[in-house]
Amino acid sequence: MPTLMQRLRAAWNGLGGTLPTVLLFLPPALLVFTIFVVLPVGEAAWYSLFRWDGFGRPTDFVGLRNYTDLFASRVFGIALKNNVLIIVVSLLVQLPLALAMALILAERIPGAPAFRMIFFLPYILAEIAAGLIWRFVYDGDYGLIASIAQFFGATAPHVLADPQYAEAAILSVIVWKYFGFHMMLYIAGLQAIDSDLYAAARVDGATRWQVLWRIKLPLLKPTLKLSVFFAILGSFQLFDLVMPMTRGGPSDSTQTMVSFLYSHGITRTRIGFGSAIGVVLFLLCVLFAVFYKRKVMRDD
Amino acid sequence: MTDRRAAAAALGRDPFEGTLLYRYVVLVLVATVVLVPIVATALGGFKDLGELRVNPFGLPQVWRVENYLDILRQGRYWQMMGNSLIIATFSMLLTLVLGSMAAFVFAHLRFWGDRQLLNYFLIGLLFPAATAILPLFIKVRDLGLLDTHLGVILPVTAFQLGVSILLFRNFFRQLPLELLDAALMDGCTYPQFFRRITLPLSLPILATVGTITFVQSWNNYILPLIMLNSDAKYPWPLGIMVYQGEYSTDWHLVLAFITLTILPTILLFFAAQRYIVAGLTAGAVKG
Repeated sequence: MPTLMQRLRAAWNGLGGTLPTVLLFLPPALLVFTIFVVLPVGEAAWYSLFRWDGFGRPTDFVGLRNYTDLFASRVFGIALKNNVLIIVVSLLVQLPLALAMALILAERIPGAPAFRMIFFLPYILAEIAAGLIWRFVYDGDYGLIASIAQFFGATAPHVLADPQYAEAAILSVIVWKYFGFHMMLYIAGLQAIDSDLYAAARVDGATRWQVLWRIKLPLLKPTLKLSVFFAILGSFQLFDLVMPMTRGGPSDSTQTMVSFLYSHGITRTRIGFGSAIGVVLFLLCVLFAVFYKRKVMRDD
Repeated sequence: MTDRRAAAAALGRDPFEGTLLYRYVVLVLVATVVLVPIVATALGGFKDLGELRVNPFGLPQVWRVENYLDILRQGRYWQMMGNSLIIATFSMLLTLVLGSMAAFVFAHLRFWGDRQLLNYFLIGLLFPAATAILPLFIKVRDLGLLDTHLGVILPVTAFQLGVSILLFRNFFRQLPLELLDAALMDGCTYPQFFRRITLPLSLPILATVGTITFVQSWNNYILPLIMLNSDAKYPWPLGIMVYQGEYSTDWHLVLAFITLTILPTILLFFAAQRYIVAGLTAGAVKG
């Protein structure tokens, strides 16, 4: 039993300790976060109401002109469409591929750890490096695609220079780059399933197919929801991969929201217009995240 | 293993047993698609331009090591790798210090508005740095940090704080509370407890958050792209884009350069893969 003195001291420390600790520990993070994350978002909303090249203070108030210009812009339409396309391909191609690989590799088959590492490898490569590697693969003169075409006696298309193929080429690289990440999430989810369930299913004579649909997928549902969340939120941000491959070209056919923001807001120093793009992107991300967490991930 | 075999024998032949071969066929196919571009890049760096045109897949006829050696002898490779190392290391250290301190408060202390403050940090998880990149540029410019490494390190850290605080807080809350009670009873203050007990027990989470932050800033492109404008300060993702622009038709040199820039990442990955996989997926799972 602590003596009265010790109790008093503990109480004193408890009282006197909390506030000073909060005041010592919290402000550094709070300051950095506020200055470099929160304020800029608020300022983006403010700047988006001006026509401004970034010098001096913004004075040329234009109201919602930047937004009406934005929604009237053909390129913004393309960027939006491409972002939706990226989401669709992520959900319909990338995640099913990741799931298939995870179902195979979550089991203890020989070589599984090696395959897991190989599939995860593209994810750890920087987007810039991955984009440059694929720029080489797609190169019409030197690339792998070129030599495959030559092998069949065809002239190689300059894939990334052709508006017809460029976006599809980028979409395939997205699948290549990110499926390993989702696979790792699924493997972790699958391995967390109690193996007694499988044993019980076996005793009951369940087929593999039944085990998949009745045990694995239902129990993997929280992981699947999470991975869909990341796939969609990540799709909105795509930029680094586009830059080394096409820079949004040819003729803006591969722009994403962020590359559009970069090429039409930053390189042309249209701070107001670029900020308006940023605000739209911000609203899309936050509305999606809030909606998804409330509606879809409610029970988890 | 024997259990399973016995069970299988008891149930008769597993109708899906025969698919093992097909599964390997699928795995090898996917692995080929994943690896061929990377391997072709590394091998391409050993070829000359003429050979690259006729033989982009295969082993080089003559291994031209000088492509690689020339790059290694130039200062620019080392300079940009050094810049990346500086930015990534300081972003990591700053995130670890600021994030763990803030998370400690959220894990153990109750005060007015604590819940709201935590949520305030968590908004940072919901949107990419790109949304506010223009005001961020203005801000860094007005602070006089444009074209300095600090002008990249601070925003990178700020954007990593949300996920770091979340991971740290979850971990700190799992540490036995009796430790804190006992220490407070003995007259230990919160900062002392944080330094002497929480941090030494938190090496796994420090490694996880450190890995996430280091990789994030090592690979980051958009922030240095906006904030830096002199070549001498470029980290490697910017430097390699400049190099590619200069030598765009000399694919063999560009490929050698790419290989040398991703080499540290790949070596680190194979050396510490367990950790990296855990770190990079933990950031996601608990988000």
